Amino acid sequence: MGYKILKKEELIPGQTTMMVIEAPQVALKAKPGNFVMLRVSSHGERIPLTIADCDREKGTITIVYLVVGKTTAEMNTLREGGEFMDVCGPLGRPMHIEKSGTVVCVGGGTGIAAMHHIAKGHVEAGNRVIAIIGARSKNLLLFCSELSSFCPEVRIATDDGSEGHKGFVTEVLQDILETEDEVAEVVAIGPVPMMEAVCRVTLPFRVKTTVSLNSIMVDGIGMCGACRCTVGGKTLFACVDGPEFDGHKVDFAELKTRLWQFKEQEQESMELFSKECQCNGR
Amino acid sequence: MADKKVKKVRARTPMPHQDPQVRAGNFDEVALGYSREQALIEAERCLQCKKPTCQDGCPVNIDIKGFIGCLVDDDLQGAFDTIRRTNSLPAVCGRVCPQENQCEGSCVLGKKHDPVAIGRLERYVADTYAAQSACEEVTDLSTCALEREDLKVACIGSGPSSLTVAGYLAGRGIRVDVFEALHEPGGVLLYGIPEFRLPKTVVSRELDGLRKLGVTFRTNWVGGKTITVRDMFEQGYNAVFIGVGAGLPRFLNVSGENLVGVFSANEYLTRVNLGRAYDFPNYDTPAYKARRVAVIGAGNVAMDAARTALRMGAKEVSIVYRRSEDEMPARREEIRHAVEEGVKIRCLCGPLSFHGDNQGRLKAMTIQKMALGDPDESGRCAPVCLDGETEQITCDMAVIAVGTRPNPILLEATPQLALNKWGYVEADPETGETSIPNVFAGGDIVTGAATVISAMGAGRRAAKAIADRLL
Repeated sequence: MGYKILKKEELIPGQTTMMVIEAPQVALKAKPGNFVMLRVSSHGERIPLTIADCDREKGTITIVYLVVGKTTAEMNTLREGGEFMDVCGPLGRPMHIEKSGTVVCVGGGTGIAAMHHIAKGHVEAGNRVIAIIGARSKNLLLFCSELSSFCPEVRIATDDGSEGHKGFVTEVLQDILETEDEVAEVVAIGPVPMMEAVCRVTLPFRVKTTVSLNSIMVDGIGMCGACRCTVGGKTLFACVDGPEFDGHKVDFAELKTRLWQFKEQEQESMELFSKECQCNGR
Repeated sequence: MADKKVKKVRARTPMPHQDPQVRAGNFDEVALGYSREQALIEAERCLQCKKPTCQDGCPVNIDIKGFIGCLVDDDLQGAFDTIRRTNSLPAVCGRVCPQENQCEGSCVLGKKHDPVAIGRLERYVADTYAAQSACEEVTDLSTCALEREDLKVACIGSGPSSLTVAGYLAGRGIRVDVFEALHEPGGVLLYGIPEFRLPKTVVSRELDGLRKLGVTFRTNWVGGKTITVRDMFEQGYNAVFIGVGAGLPRFLNVSGENLVGVFSANEYLTRVNLGRAYDFPNYDTPAYKARRVAVIGAGNVAMDAARTALRMGAKEVSIVYRRSEDEMPARREEIRHAVEEGVKIRCLCGPLSFHGDNQGRLKAMTIQKMALGDPDESGRCAPVCLDGETEQITCDMAVIAVGTRPNPILLEATPQLALNKWGYVEADPETGETSIPNVFAGGDIVTGAATVISAMGAGRRAAKAIADRLL
């Protein structure tokens, strides 16, 4: 008995995909910031993915992923009506959301999907949410219309200037922090360098800055310690203590090296998989 | 009578093993098991004591005298039934129990000679019975139809304590649903104990036995996240058993500990066992490639990690332990097996710091030399640092196997659950009942990391209390 894929949509062809998966027990409990551990097939690896959205009534969760390695490449071969072997969750501590005033939510790359779920939570909690999303180019922006549907203020930054501000999300953020009277919190979800840059920008303003760490995980339930990260000089586990942490206390350099641990094996897996795909295709 | 007394006591029948040189290169089981002839010779050594002290030494109280008696009479079915009356996982226990401290440690023969090899006989009975009854099993004769459809019990976690609860209650006609967070049931038997010590086929055989009794396993259900204790009662469960195991790995809090190449034993073993990283890239889960491995700690988990590292291709594997060999908590047999396979033991030293290369990968470890001081609260001699005596050793992987802390997931989701001063679940030692009525707990989440059999003992006590309450 697997977990059925009800909808699959390539958001950015060959790169980013969205799936709606039937997992009623997860949908019932999922909150913004939670993640799931997935496994494609019996020989697959367990990987963590943030829950980008959920629908309790329909019993579904939405995931958005970037094809980076064998597992995500294999996920891309699954079709609507197909199944995941395992979906486990919701895991991690949900994002702490309370009525606090103005919240700036910054999202980059596939992180926009997770950020949108959190922004939704903040809007529902009665906060004024300013969303900033960024990508290299206009066609790589995700969840733009979804975000705009509930969030009145969406700012965009693209590297090539094809939409919104030409440049980085951090420049838009800097501008907001300089002009807004009071920002209660900044939430940043995206590639590690982006989250690190956001923290550098917010530090002089002394704004509470929350980041979501995408560490390597094996079980996702606090058993293995693979996802450990240094926060405020202490070793914490992203799966049970996070994945959200105070960005100003995170050791990003360590996070970056730990994310590369299995680079060689990942390449080996990927090469093997590409060969198999080519053979099957013939 | 006089004859019997002068009868020369034969030596214990040795267990056939895979050759150390060969087995260090494969994941096949190390101990091969007795043949029928060897089992009979060993069974006949049993004195059939009037007062079988061995049984008292067994945490689940197996009728050892009874099952060995059956074996001598060539009654395999009888021997199996006798064991199964109190133990739902005999093939597991025959392999991983510390028998030397339990049944065999209390064997009368052991006072002057080698004790009867009870564990090996238990394994023989379980394995042989399974092999012989295989035909019968495929006909799928249900051994126990659910008698009390109205009663159901939930177990959280699917390790040895929960499996024992499930077996006991299902055997009494109560429906049991076991909720497992990972994608396969078995708990530590699956992710923690390597294939070469406990083959997965043995675990799945025991699980199938439970399924035949009507036990259901629900994988990917995280107790406290996917389902809470309160949800379980709302869904009509009459009692809940918490057997979620040991939990979060402990680290050492020394510098460089988060370098790439430093792992907890849990991560390393889970990758290899549950993720089958030994068969990478056929399976997708990778394990770190290393030549020189240092394993910190000297319990069974440390031995498992060290022996696994050898099999994963490491050229040199050392156990680094701060006390002396006498204090090592691992079973003697496991230490011996490790040494035979080539694991080096470095006693009286502990890690002081880890050092990385410019890419953040582990390349060396500084160790602090120690001496033994006065006994500490554990009753063992405490290690004392020898000032200034340090040494740097080269290693590209370190595995930390120094124990665990309670996992917070279920405990935080169940705030009414009283915890003891170490953060483990407080449970009545007789019944396993917690501060929440009809919620029972047992195994490592109550005692902290212990053995498979002690978890099973706790499971058995709790199951009995649950049955008494419900039936």
